[in-house]
Amino acid sequence: MIALPAPKPEILARRDAILADLARLLPADSVIGETLRLRPYETDGLAAYRQIPLAVVLPRTTAEVAAVLRYCHANGIRVVPRGAGTSLSGGALPLADAVVIGLMRMNTIREINYEDRYAIVGAGVTNIGITKAVEGDGFFYAPDPSSQLACMIGGNVMMNSGGAHCLKYGVTANNLLGVTFVTIEGEVIEIGGTHLDAAGYDWLGLITGSEGQLGLVTEVTVRILRGPEGARAMLAAFSSVEIAGAAVDAIIGSGIIPVALEFMDRPCIHACEAFAHAGYPLDAEAMLIIEVEGSVAEQDMLLDRIRGICAKFDPISMKVAESAEQSAAIWKGRKGAFGAVGRISPDYLCMDGTIPTGELPHVLKRISEMSAQYGLGVANVFHAGDGNLHPLIMFDANDPDSFRRAEAFGADILKLCVEVGGCLTGEHGVGVEKRDLMTTQFTRAELTLQRAIKSAFDPEWLLNTAKVFPLDDNPKIAA
Amino acid sequence: MSVISPETEQSLASAVARAHAAREPLAIEGRGTKRAMLRPTLQPWGPAARTLSTRNLTGITLYRPTELMIRARAGTPIPEIEAALAEHGQQIVAEPPDLRVLFGAEEPSTLGGVVSTNLSGPRRIMWGAMRDHVLGISAVTGEGEIFRSGGRVLKNVTGLDLCKLLSGAHGTLGIITEIALKVLPAGEATGTLALRVPDVTAGVAALSAGLGSPYGVSGAALVLEEGGITAFLRLEDFSESVTYRLGRLREDLAAHGEQSLVEDPRALWRSIRDAVPLRAAPEEAVWRLSVAPSHAAGVVASLRAAFPAKLLLDWGGGLIWVAGPATVQAHGAVMQAATAAAGTFTLFRAPPELAAAVPVLPEEALPLAAIGRRVKAVLDPAGVLNPGRLRA
Ligand SMILES: Cc1cc2nc3c(=O)[nH]c(=O)nc-3n(C[C@H](O)[C@H](O)[C@H](O)COP(=O)(O)OP(=O)(O)OC[C@H]3O[C@@H](n4cnc5c(N)ncnc54)[C@H](O)[C@@H]3O)c2cc1C
Ligand SMILES: Cc1cc2nc3c(=O)[nH]c(=O)nc-3n(C[C@H](O)[C@H](O)[C@H](O)COP(=O)(O)OP(=O)(O)OC[C@H]3O[C@@H](n4cnc5c(N)ncnc54)[C@H](O)[C@@H]3O)c2cc1C
Repeated sequence: MIALPAPKPEILARRDAILADLARLLPADSVIGETLRLRPYETDGLAAYRQIPLAVVLPRTTAEVAAVLRYCHANGIRVVPRGAGTSLSGGALPLADAVVIGLMRMNTIREINYEDRYAIVGAGVTNIGITKAVEGDGFFYAPDPSSQLACMIGGNVMMNSGGAHCLKYGVTANNLLGVTFVTIEGEVIEIGGTHLDAAGYDWLGLITGSEGQLGLVTEVTVRILRGPEGARAMLAAFSSVEIAGAAVDAIIGSGIIPVALEFMDRPCIHACEAFAHAGYPLDAEAMLIIEVEGSVAEQDMLLDRIRGICAKFDPISMKVAESAEQSAAIWKGRKGAFGAVGRISPDYLCMDGTIPTGELPHVLKRISEMSAQYGLGVANVFHAGDGNLHPLIMFDANDPDSFRRAEAFGADILKLCVEVGGCLTGEHGVGVEKRDLMTTQFTRAELTLQRAIKSAFDPEWLLNTAKVFPLDDNPKIAA
Repeated sequence: MSVISPETEQSLASAVARAHAAREPLAIEGRGTKRAMLRPTLQPWGPAARTLSTRNLTGITLYRPTELMIRARAGTPIPEIEAALAEHGQQIVAEPPDLRVLFGAEEPSTLGGVVSTNLSGPRRIMWGAMRDHVLGISAVTGEGEIFRSGGRVLKNVTGLDLCKLLSGAHGTLGIITEIALKVLPAGEATGTLALRVPDVTAGVAALSAGLGSPYGVSGAALVLEEGGITAFLRLEDFSESVTYRLGRLREDLAAHGEQSLVEDPRALWRSIRDAVPLRAAPEEAVWRLSVAPSHAAGVVASLRAAFPAKLLLDWGGGLIWVAGPATVQAHGAVMQAATAAAGTFTLFRAPPELAAAVPVLPEEALPLAAIGRRVKAVLDPAGVLNPGRLRA
């Protein structure tokens, strides 16, 4: 287990007074202090870690967020921002002496502008909520994490989340115009706006993906895009992981950038098929889902070319969707992949390293060797075009030894990703989960530099303490 | 004025460490000849100042076409990178302008210069800015310490994104020594629809209609000439797609003005990219404003009321290039127009006297400026990197 810092005893001792102060600062019904009602906030998508916070506040306005931050800052109280709590890296995990600021009540869409193609939304609006609000007019918000029904745009900004379609449309950072940012001192700053690109420092770029380390985001201006005329998917199944990897290279080398290019290995294909009955080929070692966009004729043209490329790699089978319904069926298995693995194993850890795609065969081979060595199953599903792996390590949370092995297995995979020229996390963030692995990717001096930049925003280290940066060698946090 | 041109990252770092220790300011540049940019650096130090150039830090260090990634040292000239990419049918996504004509410079831009100024061309509207494609950097702090951020893979959220912080920082937060860029296949064909429009409002409406269509418009500009205003909409894709989509676009935009197809679209977009249609005279100042496109007409009207403004609109009307008299009054009108439109401005080219006398970028909100000073103090505690370049 990854260590959390000791709570500040003076804060724990003042709990009742703090709750009373917070209740005075906010409208009725905005502060939670009873253990039973705190329980739902004790964990996030990394459910192996749990901690009841000191308190939870649920502000409805930027001014309320600022008031809480100002108070916490003045009183040396740690703060954990929270969206929907779907973080897979423990980014929203509470601390015993921290106030959790839940942004879910900031869930209104303030403006939609089709002429200038943006929407201004509260941090608590769900990812799908943005697309739902504009799809009637043919528009969409491009980054589409698999958790999009639940996760919120504020969380997406802070994790710089990606999705299945980011090979073409980019990740969250590439689809933002501005944010309303609240500093730990409670200062409200508008960063960016409804125009493209700042003159001067790119604060928006620095804040995006900063995992709640620099400040809170209460409102977000996102770009919305007109959707394509249509989209269609195909499946291609291969007899080995190496061959499927070579097919991916050939597709990208041909000049086609499919809007999505997803990869599943045998265990994942089986789990998803059992769950979704999508007609996946059970005899394949690896399978690609490839999606293209455009008019029906354009889809046909691109799918023909891709089929021609795949045909050179001796596919076991290929299936081109004939309709939107068949495309949806192909995607159903992929979108439900995590849930499907959850049905065959009591618990799983989802890894998120990225590798140069040329390293795919080597890395998948090493992962299967480690799987045997640790005695734990693993299913691989990932964004093949960009090399962002998602090995799902299956374990049993009721068996402490199984959990310990799962964590060690995961750490080995991530170290391997760094070793072959990749990184620890492509989209899920460092959180607590990968915090202690940061030294494998960065030198001490580099971590010191990043910490100093955090300190420029949060000198007392009150914001989401104990995430992202290793605790040892950190003068700001007493372990 | 002496110039240091280190040949390795290590010797560059040592040179900066020495400057830091001696509290000697450095003017950072790519291939030089461009010292007029933004505010002149080093004013308080006069001729004691030295220039640190990346001109000898060149070369592509890794190019993996199927991984959509190229890595090169910061001083590598852009044309060299473009040529290497073209061999594999790929391109720099953000289409950075070549501003040799605008600035009367002899040498081409470097990769480090383009990233450090976050300069993007017409394709920005659909495919993102220069900074959006920076996968990783190696850089040197103002104390002479080498650090890396990001990497060479397409998706990476590990740690704070210092690549974005340094992109667009104009060399004031660190010297970039090497950059990994995401690249993409160049469209097989390019097609461009031209529409004659009566005024800027109608022109921006036509561009918005095109950008709001499902056809993937990758360039949307408005060229204002004596003879009239033309809106241009670009498509880049496989040739079948370009033909089909141009046809659909023509139908959809039929009501927006008299249409024609551009014969040499690549040449047209190169000239728009490089701001050639602006026809800025050598003695004039040049500004770039970024606003939401629906504010463009208002900005244009208020500028024209203040001075004889030459104009070129890109990014669907959101990027407004302006040329006009290099006076404090004209600059005041630009600042006012940008503020009224809730947008931003840069005094892009101006005689040093003007650039030194006015804010060349909008002022930041006080709490943000305070954070900025603290961040600057982290990365360049002695303030040796490009002092005074962005703000007084
Ligand atoms: C089944 C499943 C599938 C997933 N699929 C994907 C995927 O495809 N791609 C992907 O990228 N991720 C995916 N994720 C991970 C997760 O959904 C994303 O990281 C998401 O962006 C988190 O959003 P959230 O609202 O749940 O934020 P939380 O989990 O509540 O918080 C995330 C982090 O941001 C901080 N934070 C949240 N809101 C704010 C705010 N307003 N201001 C400041 N800090 C804030 C928190 O402190 C925390 O560090 C998946 C998760 C699950 C459970
Ligand atoms: C606001 C603005 C103003 C401009 N003004 C001018 C101008 O006056 N004259 C002109 O000729 N061009 C100007 N340009 C154009 C631009 O600088 C060039 O077209 C090109 O992008 C850079 O050319 P270069 O590689 O020679 O870099 P330079 O022109 O030498 O440098 C560009 C900027 O980036 C910094 N820089 C360069 N390399 C690095 C590096 N490796 N690491 C960190 N910082 C670096 C420099 O200090 C400078 O601030 C301007 C661009 C912008 C965005």
